[in-house]
Amino acid sequence: MKSYEIVVIGGGPAGLAAAIEAKSNGAKDILVVERDRELGGILQQCIHNGFGLHVFKEELTGPEYAERFIEGLKQQGIEYKLDTMVLDITDHKQVSMINPEDGFLQVQAKAVVLAMGCRERTRGAINIPGSRASGIFTAGTAQRFVNMEGYMVGKDVVILGSGDIGLIMARRMTLEGAKVHAVVELLPFSGGLTRNIVQCLEDFNIPLLLSHTVTNIVGKDRVKEIQIAEVDENRRPIPGTERSFKCDTLLLSVGLIPENELSKSAGIRLDGITGGPVVNESMETSIEGIFACGNVVHVHDLVDWVTEESRRAGKNAARYVQNQLVQGVKTITTKPGQGVRYVVPHYIRPENIEDKLNLMMRVDNVYHGARLVIKEDDRVIKSIKKAHLAPGEMESIKLTKQELETIAGKEITIALEIEEAKE
Amino acid sequence: MRMYDVAIIGAGVIGTAIARELSKYNVKVIVLDKENDVANGTTKANSGIVHAGYDAKSGTLKARLNVAGNAMYEDLCKALEVPFKRIGSLVVAFDEEDMATLQELYQQGLDNGVPNLQLLGRDEVKEMEPNLSDEIIGALYAPSAGIVGPWELAIALAENAADNGVEIRLNAAVTQIEANEQGFLVTVDEDTLQAKYIINCAGLYGDKINNMVNTPSFEIVPNRGEYNLFDKGVGDYVNHVVFQTPTKHGKGVLVLPTAHGNLMIGPTAEPVDEPEAVETTEVGLKFLREKAKRVVPKFPFQAVITSFAGLRAKVKTNDFIIEASAETKGFINVAAIDSPGLSAAPAIAEMVVGMLKDIAGGFAVNSSFKPNRRPSIHFMALSPEEKAALIAKDPRYGRVICRCEGITEGEIVDIINRKAGATSLDAVKRRARAGAGRCQGGFCGPRVMEILARELKVDITSVVKDRKASYILTGATKSNDEYGLPSQQVADSQDI
Repeated sequence: MKSYEIVVIGGGPAGLAAAIEAKSNGAKDILVVERDRELGGILQQCIHNGFGLHVFKEELTGPEYAERFIEGLKQQGIEYKLDTMVLDITDHKQVSMINPEDGFLQVQAKAVVLAMGCRERTRGAINIPGSRASGIFTAGTAQRFVNMEGYMVGKDVVILGSGDIGLIMARRMTLEGAKVHAVVELLPFSGGLTRNIVQCLEDFNIPLLLSHTVTNIVGKDRVKEIQIAEVDENRRPIPGTERSFKCDTLLLSVGLIPENELSKSAGIRLDGITGGPVVNESMETSIEGIFACGNVVHVHDLVDWVTEESRRAGKNAARYVQNQLVQGVKTITTKPGQGVRYVVPHYIRPENIEDKLNLMMRVDNVYHGARLVIKEDDRVIKSIKKAHLAPGEMESIKLTKQELETIAGKEITIALEIEEAKE
Repeated sequence: MRMYDVAIIGAGVIGTAIARELSKYNVKVIVLDKENDVANGTTKANSGIVHAGYDAKSGTLKARLNVAGNAMYEDLCKALEVPFKRIGSLVVAFDEEDMATLQELYQQGLDNGVPNLQLLGRDEVKEMEPNLSDEIIGALYAPSAGIVGPWELAIALAENAADNGVEIRLNAAVTQIEANEQGFLVTVDEDTLQAKYIINCAGLYGDKINNMVNTPSFEIVPNRGEYNLFDKGVGDYVNHVVFQTPTKHGKGVLVLPTAHGNLMIGPTAEPVDEPEAVETTEVGLKFLREKAKRVVPKFPFQAVITSFAGLRAKVKTNDFIIEASAETKGFINVAAIDSPGLSAAPAIAEMVVGMLKDIAGGFAVNSSFKPNRRPSIHFMALSPEEKAALIAKDPRYGRVICRCEGITEGEIVDIINRKAGATSLDAVKRRARAGAGRCQGGFCGPRVMEILARELKVDITSVVKDRKASYILTGATKSNDEYGLPSQQVADSQDI
């Protein structure tokens, strides 16, 4: 059986950054496994700009951002396989995969980096009643058709969900000559980035209907009409508020789900809130030597943060194979408190921190003038004032090694302290 | 003009079962269906249950053919490689009134010849199904009940019939039937064909086909049933088909594992105006959830994958109509096949072919009849060595197209190129399960369309989701129009 120091599963932004960083930190044999026909993952279909502001201090398109990492991978001489599907990972880090060229292949890894990304929630998952006509697409699938295959998926469009892909697709479809009637959002706030609401909806006069939902899909063969209604605080349609759009297409941008079927089969512990593996400061999962990064851990809104997190995973995978990661030492749990849905990483072993650690988290509602406070019992370790907080925007707090070393116990809490009333 | 011995109208599970049964004889048979795939009406949207047979009134066709059909399922599904599991059914009772009804059903089952029926007490039920409500006080257990992949059965029957010489003609709506001296002149869109005998298995359109040559004698009322389907992760939440005891308020909702390993609840029962009304409704789905919760209090609703609805062909008399027309010789109605039609299908086919033999004075046996379907490859079920050997032989098995269900390009190409093969996205899903998983085709849809277009030698924009008019793409993007497809642009730039 062929063996590698590190096998990276997924050749999207997370996998690429992890592989390059692992190589730069002394790992020798690395294999990147990608199921699609090219490297770069979903970035390849994100032809809009806005990527790279943090990592490269310039605005790139998705394919441009991906290209920099693909180039980096090639320059470093890192081996990769395309069109290759991983079937199984064992807890002993044996990875089986297939592709048309090699057939069935089993390799032994010293470390594995999981970077499989996420998938979109579907119409079925939100159980919208009505017909099963054609013309209903998840926004990402529509994006692939339009940007990669070169085909339009409709002419008159309603979009359910104001996640970033939905907002981006509202603009994209408009630019391609389609009429986007509305973006309908169940919640009283958008799940997307503010800049996308401005640049993709407001600039094109596309209405954003908050606290609304799709109540029925009409059309025998192809979508003909989408019925919507306003919802009450329990998210139930309010009688009398129904209206409808004559259209041929419904795009869904109703959430992303980390894709962890492989993680589950390996027996890795998952977080019920994020849907991704529980990880420590090194982005290592509950199985020693199996690391995870990017959207497979928790859904990010900026690829720049995926890169940052994945570099950390790659570097630590390299440290692991060189026996530089300290195992079985003091461990601090990061506990989400009031207003905070989750915190990544879930555990910190301060001995493995070189200078600082980024804690990433999402809040559960829209807040103005609140503080994100990290505490050990009643002692405040760090407190940051935030003018605006929203579930659609990931927050991060840096903790220095010195700050981490002040923690005596086994748990810190990250919570919101609200100074003014919630919106 | 094309001449046939038998024209079967309707390619649902009944039409295809009769076609396959007829292919055992030297008879020239054509199956006509208005849809672009077999099994595209009632057959593709029902509970997928092979009922035990205690439910129908003794002495009816339903009672007799259900019990007889049920007993034929093992052999048939084995020969045709159709998923079938004899998991047994439970009718659960919540009170003494329910228990009295169960007693009646038990007796009726005995009269109908249902094997091994048992009345169970609270503890026995709980032991068999730990997730059921504590309020259940007993159940009627029918070990002979089973679950089957209903559309797979019809697809397999059609394919095997075609392999044995039956012609299957899809996209062929019968618009007129004229009785003449040689039998019938059948108009199919712009075309006509001549058949000595006609078997009407037109499901929801059974009355309309009958009325083309006969005096109206029955009226089909479409009755809609809505369903909710849940992820395979909760597929073992119940291990039997679980019915609620029928009361004067209705039959209740059933909870069952499907033959594919999912968990399902349904159906509702609602008369609708037209034979194409297969929408789900907010009211219907809510009703299902409430009823399911009564039987399974901690029902895993969050694992929902999709909802769908199907229509059953009901008549007032509430029994199958299987009879040779008295006024038109050579015309056989097989109509009003609602529940337990799927369970009875193999027995109905035998009965109808028997009737036809009587009318025709017997048929010569087809000595080259092949009872088995050409085996399919299920790549993920193979051992590592078998996987390696298969990919070496055909590299298309090394390319996974549907990630959620683990379906390879080789398997998809195979089901497109079989007889009665797939021509639409949903047809691929019904045959190979590609797109039937968690992502519901989000990732593999574009790839499957590409494969369909290539194998069928059509443009990708003409690939449909399901029925003829269910187009997916509306044309090229602006840049595609001007500069050609993105993939082509890459090829062009490399030429320079």
